[in-house]
Amino acid sequence: MTAIAPRPAEAAPDRGNPGPVVVTGIGVTAPTGLDAARHWAATSDGMPAIGRITRFDPTPYPARLAGQVTGFDPAEHLPGRLLPQTDLMTQLALVAADEALADAGVRPDELPAFDMGVVTASSSGGFEFGQNELRNLWSRGGKYVSAYQSFAWFYAVNSGQISIRHGMRGPSGVVVSDQAGGLDAVAQARRQIRKGTGLVVSGGMDASICPWGWAAQLAAGTLSTCDDPRRAYLPFDAEATGHVPGEGGALLIMEPLEAAEARGAEVYGEIAGYAATFDPPPGTGGEPGLRRAIELALADAGADAGDVDVVFADAAAVPELDRAESAAIGAVFGPHGVPVTAPKTMTGRLCSGAAALDLATALLALRHGVVPPTTGVRPAAEHDLDLVTAARPRPLRAALVLARGNGFNSALLVRAAHDVHAVHSGAH
Amino acid sequence: MSDKEFTLDDLMRILREGSGDTEEPPGDPAGVEFADLGYDSLALLETSGRIEREYGVTLDESALAEATTPRALVELVNEHLAPAA
Repeated sequence: MTAIAPRPAEAAPDRGNPGPVVVTGIGVTAPTGLDAARHWAATSDGMPAIGRITRFDPTPYPARLAGQVTGFDPAEHLPGRLLPQTDLMTQLALVAADEALADAGVRPDELPAFDMGVVTASSSGGFEFGQNELRNLWSRGGKYVSAYQSFAWFYAVNSGQISIRHGMRGPSGVVVSDQAGGLDAVAQARRQIRKGTGLVVSGGMDASICPWGWAAQLAAGTLSTCDDPRRAYLPFDAEATGHVPGEGGALLIMEPLEAAEARGAEVYGEIAGYAATFDPPPGTGGEPGLRRAIELALADAGADAGDVDVVFADAAAVPELDRAESAAIGAVFGPHGVPVTAPKTMTGRLCSGAAALDLATALLALRHGVVPPTTGVRPAAEHDLDLVTAARPRPLRAALVLARGNGFNSALLVRAAHDVHAVHSGAH
Repeated sequence: MSDKEFTLDDLMRILREGSGDTEEPPGDPAGVEFADLGYDSLALLETSGRIEREYGVTLDESALAEATTPRALVELVNEHLAPAA
């Protein structure tokens, strides 16, 4: 077969099967901290970051609490030219991508442009940017709408801006799948790496704590209306009454294990198994798809239930959804069969950022050998869960992260760096 | 019509406000292509919108596309500002 040869400096080398896909860099912008180290310190200490909304006056709204990113000045981190054209969620994504790249020791300008991709999840898009420009349109006229509205509101804008900033022109895209987005994006990134892309920036980021975004979140009917930050978001508790939303997320650097080792990079862990399933149609009475997602993700990783040392729960805090989740976990692992945690009790549910942050936290947990706690929850006996409510130090080989949207489920297994070789050389 | 004159300084100020730029360009930017000054088509769309708002003019789109340097754009705006003969 003949083809026009691309410029060597730009071309992605042909790798064949690249073997295990691993994470070598983590960037976090979340209510719990503006980098991975601070996030991990707060999370492993069980320091909640939920409070009354300060971004706008929440008094007239039925729900008034959120997990907000605080102390973030985008001008400290980003060139001035990026500020008028970006929503907060994009600024958070750009800063997290910078951190993840630095953490991985990757210099994008030294790598072939078409060998690097960006696959992120976002479900809200640039909500506050869009709100401001809609206000300009209707109160002052079309001439007052920013030209940058053309893309700043868009779900794909985080992937686009990261791609432009770092010259990453390989396979890229966006996944829009609510709370499951972070896992689904990482799974798509793994597919692209298996097809030959050398490095992908992946994860999820959302931030829509503005009146327009709040109205959209309220419409779902699952927000907690409790005003006590310690009692508002209580998954698996008899007092569960819905969730508190939050903003932020995490981005990861993913690459083949072989490439990471060749450049001497430190590996957090392997994206070892993944699956996504749908629930049966509402009202048909079938079992929800979460158990199947867990089993398929384990099978994808060549693992069984006994290999999983901790489960990061979706933790909807809607009683019926909590029961469905504990039933799925119980069906696979047995009653009290595996430690389960929901550190998102400290941040609220971050939409597309939720599972991405859980995945980052899981990788940090594997590295540090500590299961971070679920805060504020008194686990209801009916769930039969070993819910971790105080940080639990223990050696960890693999963590399973669960996430659900409205009618769909994703599960992703990450294997600790120190276990990747043991597994792939057949020692297990 | 307005009797204001539109100057290079006005343009550079509006360019900076619209693009979030914090630095003065080195040297005289009047004859330098916008692309070489780092302003892409969206930055220029934002800039022309701001000029139209501030100076109460409507700039012709195809003429705008041909004004590829600050000097040319300043001239174009002043043509629109000039009282009708």
